[in-house]
Amino acid sequence: MAQTVFLEAINQAIQEEMRRDESVYILGEDIRRAIYGATADLLSEFGEKRVLDTPLSEEGFFGAAIGSSLVGMRPVVETLTSFMWVAMDQLVSQAAKMRYMFGGQATLPVVFRASMFYGAGSAAHHSDRSYPMFMNMPGIKIIVPSNPADMKGLLKTAIRDDDPTIVFEDGTLFGMRGEVPDNSELPGEELLVPFGEARTFREGTDCTIVAIGGAVNHSIAAADQLAAEGISVEVVDPRTLVPLDKKSILESVEKTGRLVIADPAHKVCSAASEIASIVSEEGFWSLQAPIQKVASEQVHIPYTPSLEKHVYPDAPKIIAAVKRTLES
Amino acid sequence: MEIDRDILLLMLRRMWMIRNFELKVMEVHSAGEFSGAAHPYIGEEAVAVGACAALEDTDYITGNHRSHGHPIAKGGRVDKAMAELYGRVDGYCKGKGGSMHLADYSIGILGESGILGSSVPVAVGAALAAHIRGDKFVSMAFFGDGASNQGALHESMNLASIWKLPVIFLCENNQYAVTTSYADTVAVDHVSDRASAYNMPGMLVDGQDAIAMYEATAAAVARARAGEGPTLIEGLTYRFEEHSLGLGRVARGAYRAEAEIAEWRKRDPLDILEKTLTSQGIATREECDAINAETVAEVEKATEFARNSPFPEPEDLFEDMWANPIPLP
Ligand SMILES: Cc1ncc(C[n+]2csc(CCOP(=O)(O)OP(=O)(O)O)c2C)c(N)n1
Ligand SMILES: [Mg+2]
Repeated sequence: MAQTVFLEAINQAIQEEMRRDESVYILGEDIRRAIYGATADLLSEFGEKRVLDTPLSEEGFFGAAIGSSLVGMRPVVETLTSFMWVAMDQLVSQAAKMRYMFGGQATLPVVFRASMFYGAGSAAHHSDRSYPMFMNMPGIKIIVPSNPADMKGLLKTAIRDDDPTIVFEDGTLFGMRGEVPDNSELPGEELLVPFGEARTFREGTDCTIVAIGGAVNHSIAAADQLAAEGISVEVVDPRTLVPLDKKSILESVEKTGRLVIADPAHKVCSAASEIASIVSEEGFWSLQAPIQKVASEQVHIPYTPSLEKHVYPDAPKIIAAVKRTLES
Repeated sequence: MEIDRDILLLMLRRMWMIRNFELKVMEVHSAGEFSGAAHPYIGEEAVAVGACAALEDTDYITGNHRSHGHPIAKGGRVDKAMAELYGRVDGYCKGKGGSMHLADYSIGILGESGILGSSVPVAVGAALAAHIRGDKFVSMAFFGDGASNQGALHESMNLASIWKLPVIFLCENNQYAVTTSYADTVAVDHVSDRASAYNMPGMLVDGQDAIAMYEATAAAVARARAGEGPTLIEGLTYRFEEHSLGLGRVARGAYRAEAEIAEWRKRDPLDILEKTLTSQGIATREECDAINAETVAEVEKATEFARNSPFPEPEDLFEDMWANPIPLP
């Protein structure tokens, strides 16, 4: 096991997949010089044809990535969530719909890696956590890793998957260190994390916290503090939102009888809402208390730290929510 | 340019196939055999047929809502196309795409897009794959004068030019976007004038003349295959029918003068090609008529095929969402 930083995990996943499969290539803005860090050293190893710096033309190069995937390439697009807006048509009208609309003729093994730079004074135009919008639309697989090992293993799986995938990379985790197994320690000598399998970080009996992306660490911190108070909390990270491992969530709620959902995205029509609705529909009789959502407030992201810090879920908010479920 | 007799006759056959397909579609659509939008290509046949005749099966095309001409021009099957319009399982897309979304991946037809301009970056992407892998195929994006104003077009032309991608941007300038004249929406005299902004050749071609379209496209394809980059071709043409079936409620004279329509109808692309072929002794009148009659019969058979094909079953609703399937939520 090596201690690995989140960004390095991304880099390792891309590098390993580009070595393994010549059809994998990467494109995006300023990636040759690794402006965000994840693409370091790729240019020198793989050359200019497979590491493409694009112009500021998200609609154009998202579409080009999609088109190349139709004819056998496996593009990895680097972008920010907030820049996806200008290419929404390509994501929605083409990537998500093509296969179905053409009766299964189109296969689109394309990965969009979208960084979410919230929580760092980036203001409303650079802080989007937009995965709920894509969950609402069929056709794209959605991944939100919460630690370096899952980041690496899920990205490698995404690159091999034959469907369009968006990997939402949580910028609050970029500097996070975590254990990533060395390939030599692994069966098959590589780290592949399957889609649709949640991971349980803490086992507990009093309350379940389903946590997404950057909210997982806050939830683990909350669970540790609550443990000191004698409250036993289970922390479940779905890891992929499409497909969603609802079985693990329902089983955990069946055990604990209480549910808090911690999600850095806006709270309306969100992943948190969807999970709450699934548990209400299918796990209602397990519940001993109302479900609590701890998600971002329904405002835009303000620039000033004095306001921004109030927007997102954090350990104190999650602790308060767990305690509310225990009041009844 | 000396063009093979086979190619010339193939062009004539495909143009008649499109014409007769569209006439049949108009007939059965107005008889209520299927519903949904359908955009006739009548009058514009020479554009797609001339352009696609310069392509191989291994080359790619993408297109738009005026979607029957492109696949037929590329060698697609009229029975599967007609069955798709009827929403049947034997349709190209098993009834999931309909008129505006025909595709045939076995011969490089990557699909028609109902969102205009949207399929152009996709064509650029196919060309990008050729560029990365060193393959020799080219790709061609069909779009209208209306769609030429989309940002996607401009991003695509710039991308294709900086990377010298083997793309042909093929504008079908039929001079209107529904009821809006291109003169009111395009800031230059011709869409092809925009090529200079992207440092690529722009060619203005008589879109009623299949041979002219073929020659222009063949030159662009040669350029593309030689690694010299993209070309913008504008086929100047005219749609003889209404924008879309069932849109008769917009009076024709309200946006296109009857005299203008009559003037353009005199330049029927089928007449023009047949005149060339017969006057140059390439085909006789009888041979041309026989080709027409054969395509009428083929379209008739295709229509029977479509009528006899079953509708998809309810469980088919959930098929074709994913290449690597996942459980339904
Ligand atoms: C993005 C988008 N905007 C608007 C429409 C509605 N629409 C359908 S056809 C059409 C006109 C298209 O004109 P043009 O590109 O010249 O193609 P033509 O119909 O003349 O072949 C419009 C506006 C659409 N389908 N997609
Ligand atoms: Mg037009």
